[in-house]
Amino acid sequence: MFVLSSLLLAPKALAQHSQTSIFAPQSTPAKSILDLSIFVLSITGIIFVVVFTLLVYSISKFRAKPANANSEPAQVYGSNQIEMAWTIIPILIVVVLFLATARVIHAIQDAPEPAGAVEVTAIGHQYWWEFRYPKLGIVTANELHIPVSDPIHPTPTFLQLLSADTDHSFWIPVLAGKTDLIPNHPNRMWMDPHRTGIFLGQCAQYCGVQHAKMLLRVSVDSPQDFAAWVRGQQQPAVQDQSVMTGRQVFEHTACINCHTVSGTPADGRFGPDLTHLMSRTTIAAGAAENTPQNLRLWIDDPDAMKHGSLMPAMKLSDADVDAVASYMETLR
Amino acid sequence: MSSDAITIPALQIQEKPWVDLLHEWVTTVDHKRLGILYIVYALVFLVFGGIEALIIRVQLMHSHNNFVSPQVFNRMFTMHGTTMIFFVVMPVLFGFANYLVPLMIGARDMAFPRLNAFSFWLSAFGGLLLYFSFLGGSGLYGAGSAPDVGWWAYAPLTARAFSPGHSSDYWTLALLVSGFGSIGTSINIIATILCLRCPGMKLNRMPLLAWLNLVMAGMVLIAITPLSAAQIMLLIDRYLGGHFFDAQAGGSAVLWMHFFWIFGHPEVYILVIPAFAFLSEIVPVFSRKPIFGYPVMVAATICIAFVSLSVWAHHMFTVGMNSYANSFFAITTMAVGIPTGIKIFNWIGTMWGGRILFKVPMLFCLGFLFQFLIAGLTGIMQAAAPFDWQLSLSYFVVAHFHYVIVGGILFALFGAFYYWCPKMTGRMLSERLGRWHFWLFVIGFHMTFDVMHIPGLLGMPRRIYTYEPGRGWDTLNLIVSIGAFIQAIAILVFVWNLISSYFKGAKAGNDPWDAWTLEWSTSSPPPPYNFATIPVVASRRPLWDLKHPEDPDSLYE
Amino acid sequence: MSAVASSAVEIPPAWTLPYRGKVAMASLIIAESAIFTIFVVAYLFYLGKSLTGPTPREVLETPIFFTICLLSSSITVHFASKSLERNNRATFLALWSLTIILGGLFLFGTGIEWHRLIYEHGLKISTNLFGTTYYSLVGLHAFHVSAGLIMLTIVLIFGLAGQVHEDQFRRVGVLALYWHFVDAVWVVVFTVVYIVGR
Ligand code: HEA
Ligand code: HEA
Ligand code: HEC
Ligand code: CUA
Ligand SMILES: [Cu+2]
Repeated sequence: MFVLSSLLLAPKALAQHSQTSIFAPQSTPAKSILDLSIFVLSITGIIFVVVFTLLVYSISKFRAKPANANSEPAQVYGSNQIEMAWTIIPILIVVVLFLATARVIHAIQDAPEPAGAVEVTAIGHQYWWEFRYPKLGIVTANELHIPVSDPIHPTPTFLQLLSADTDHSFWIPVLAGKTDLIPNHPNRMWMDPHRTGIFLGQCAQYCGVQHAKMLLRVSVDSPQDFAAWVRGQQQPAVQDQSVMTGRQVFEHTACINCHTVSGTPADGRFGPDLTHLMSRTTIAAGAAENTPQNLRLWIDDPDAMKHGSLMPAMKLSDADVDAVASYMETLR
Repeated sequence: MSSDAITIPALQIQEKPWVDLLHEWVTTVDHKRLGILYIVYALVFLVFGGIEALIIRVQLMHSHNNFVSPQVFNRMFTMHGTTMIFFVVMPVLFGFANYLVPLMIGARDMAFPRLNAFSFWLSAFGGLLLYFSFLGGSGLYGAGSAPDVGWWAYAPLTARAFSPGHSSDYWTLALLVSGFGSIGTSINIIATILCLRCPGMKLNRMPLLAWLNLVMAGMVLIAITPLSAAQIMLLIDRYLGGHFFDAQAGGSAVLWMHFFWIFGHPEVYILVIPAFAFLSEIVPVFSRKPIFGYPVMVAATICIAFVSLSVWAHHMFTVGMNSYANSFFAITTMAVGIPTGIKIFNWIGTMWGGRILFKVPMLFCLGFLFQFLIAGLTGIMQAAAPFDWQLSLSYFVVAHFHYVIVGGILFALFGAFYYWCPKMTGRMLSERLGRWHFWLFVIGFHMTFDVMHIPGLLGMPRRIYTYEPGRGWDTLNLIVSIGAFIQAIAILVFVWNLISSYFKGAKAGNDPWDAWTLEWSTSSPPPPYNFATIPVVASRRPLWDLKHPEDPDSLYE
Repeated sequence: MSAVASSAVEIPPAWTLPYRGKVAMASLIIAESAIFTIFVVAYLFYLGKSLTGPTPREVLETPIFFTICLLSSSITVHFASKSLERNNRATFLALWSLTIILGGLFLFGTGIEWHRLIYEHGLKISTNLFGTTYYSLVGLHAFHVSAGLIMLTIVLIFGLAGQVHEDQFRRVGVLALYWHFVDAVWVVVFTVVYIVGR
């Protein structure tokens, strides 16, 4: 019964410890949602206190006492005035709540896209994210880079949300509410982060075995960093002669049916683009840090790291795995 | 039907060989026996569903736990949700309706006793079919694959490409079959209430329990059927190569969502209205006053039923509807709070100025009132669509609906057990164990479901078999899991109470609570024909009139 | 054993309640209507959304004759149960048989239409969205017609064996009610598939 008060207080305290608390917004949509939330929480909080008091009062006041043990209380059948009162007051409350809600729905959903906006197409795949920047010619996975948006020269990011297979949902609590990615049903959402940093989230709509390990990272960069990142991503893959063997194994294995490394024969689209694999801090949608050991482990047996992921173990010899892993490590 | 039918069945049990007894129960068409069958059946499934819940909770106790594999976890929450909704709460409510409605309206049985038995066995078969998937879900040799698509079975996860084998078909067929059972029972309830009331029992004199079950049955007719229709379409997709939900051929995954929730939302009110019905009978008796505002209670229920048909897409705020649709479903959803609030206030009005006796049934009803209030208010939060963009698909939602279903419906149900078991078995349940049950369950419940709101607010999605450390979720999840085990203990106490009091409980007599409706006028347990002579009533509280001839209700109505 | 009620306060003079068969059938009809509504909604929703042909406009032909058959069977079944009520058993049997024949004709019509669609136009349930929704909706209705025909035939057999009497007119009326429902659904399906859908 202390839930409502703890609802109001505890998360605020916990927000400091959690990077995914909805109480620590870093972007306009998340902020306006929080404002609405506080308003709704206060109204429901007041209703709670009033009704709770009534309940406690009637229970303690009208409990059976030895004094009245043998007599029935006055039999009251109802009262139209009272019924009217407790119909009309809730109606008024609902109207107020609704108006506040509708305002925020409109403000977020119908926001026009300004000229300077960054456009990204996010495609949900079973257990990983694909991000395409159509205007910039970039394809990447799992870690979204967007510029910080300052109030004077806003550079919000507008996402088009698609799905390659089942439903998913894009959710970075501190940046915006979630929106689903549904096959055959393009969706849209936007955010304009106010400060730089790494923001975490994950797929929120159940999408199959590894729904739990479909994590999301958004890196909000300063304009300079973002520009540098874009330039880096627009380069073709690094060609490093020292890892030629690994590259050959990679190109003569089914890897290339699923993965793209630009400037090479590898142009599969079933798995993440690997052209700039090493620019990412995690692999397999956040299932592990992007370290050489983890890469090797992953290529050797994806199931060990992410049971049920759609990348098969390629049954390569140890030497080949090493070679391929070294090749991967050069894809900066 | 000779005089020995009136003796207590417990005595008969010892006399007859068990084969005869089994045969009697399997072939019975008596509404009371079918009611008990429904209830026992639901209790068995409560244990199944509960064990699945416990497995979920053990797995989530701390981050990166490896108690079960992701596949098993996904089956667990799917089976848990499906079992609890369709094979626990639905049948137990039908069981009580079956048992009580004819007794309360002074009838000798349901309108169609054989249809009644048929419906029960359909539902029972549905449950067995669902659980058979643990053995046969992948075909005979690839055993062990219960459905793992979540209880909404969203397309395209159920398409052949993503759900090979037969586990999704077991889900579909089991619910289809039990759905037909539910429709049969509902038709029966409606026909019974409209056509078999005893003389004088005008519609506006019916006990509220009968009224609310009438509304509930009406909702079943129009709410379960959309699910059946959608499931037929799913079967067409899976077996005849149809494209209803096949995005590759232009089909729409969103259409399934709409169809499911057109069923799914009214369904939750189908579950809660009978719980309201229990409260509307128990609260007056233990406050020693008639229900406050009877006509308003009826009107509010009908109002809830109608409004709840137009709110379904509040489960779909995140699927990208346009801002008008989102606003529409936000306002209709909030509007349901108004008639629901009226009901809460009327129960308070009933207690107001009464003489409240804190017997176990009443304790559970009071628990309901507090918890349902909170659960309803978290519902209102989710109805604020933008707020729901954060809350939806997170543990906050899971906390909301367990708060309604466990904190509301289950509490009301336990109240109903303590209140009506004496009528069904002729013996009182133990007050002492009842209090243990109540307080343990209160503690377990609040530990589990109060705390569960917070990880949701901290960004924890539902249906994840594991989570990353360092997000502030670990401790909270541990508390939640411990609470679940306390609930389990409470339920064990309850089951023990049921069993031990069946054999050793104090004799109940006809009317242990000094109550007012017709079921208390006949013996406990009632004879097969319920009433030796069909009663005639002149008011809503026939037994009050009888006990207070100087001041009968009939003067005021 | 005290089965009780209040003292001798006004026992209502004529305590009549509706006939349970009719109430139950009405409930069933409500439930069935919900099922059909969902199928109709799906049909309308997918109109024109097929990615490949054939389209309804290309292949559907309006089944006027068979529609008349089905609709007139509603009239015959009505008068059949009326004549049973008046204890006119021969008329009852004649009209009842006529109903079955008309219903059978309708079913036959559906059969030849499907045959034509499948073998001439290659439209199967798996061909495209139109095929899926069309066969499901029309098939669901045809299923209900078949179920109705089976029940009508059972009554006919009992009737020919001399087992149906005028005191059973209420029960027969319940079946007639179902048959009216099947007809009414056809009006909706017909409008949706053959008028709106083209
Ligand atoms: C019996 C079950 C039950 C009941 C009664 C309710 C009641 C309500 N529910 Fe809940 N709900 C579920 C079971 C139930 N719910 C389930 C199972 C799910 C999730 C399914 C799934 O996803 O798996 C769900 C999910 C759910 C969602 C979707 C969340 C999401 O997935 O994104 C929403 C959103 O609006 C919602 C809202 C409400 C509201 C507004 C009510 C209202 O009816 C509550 C009304 C009550 C009150 C408001 C309190 C008393 C009123 C007053 C004291 C008067 C004054 C109040 C006001 C004026 C506001 N519910
Ligand atoms: C009637 C409905 C109902 C009921 C009563 C419950 C009861 C409980 N539920 Fe459940 N639940 C749902 C309906 C219900 N639930 C639904 C619809 C879902 C969504 C599914 C989905 O996402 O698809 C869900 C999902 C759900 C989840 C989220 C899973 C996920 O998203 O990953 C969790 C997690 O904690 C949970 C927990 C519990 C617990 C701890 C209880 C407890 O209250 C249970 C208490 C009961 C018992 C514990 C049984 C008693 C057991 C015994 C007497 C035997 C003792 C044996 C041993 C101790 C071995 N439920
Ligand atoms: C059948 C398709 C398929 C094949 C073949 C395949 N992969 Fe993958 N790969 C995937 C998928 C799908 C993912 C994403 C898995 C996830 O996150 O759930 C992936 C992920 C990866 C990742 C992590 C990328 C990231 O950014 O997270 C690396 C590295 C990788 N694969 C390397 C390889 C190598 C090397 C081979 C060949 C030896 C290979 N893959 C063969 C499908 C494939
Ligand atoms: Cu993708 Cu869950
Ligand atoms: Cu709902």
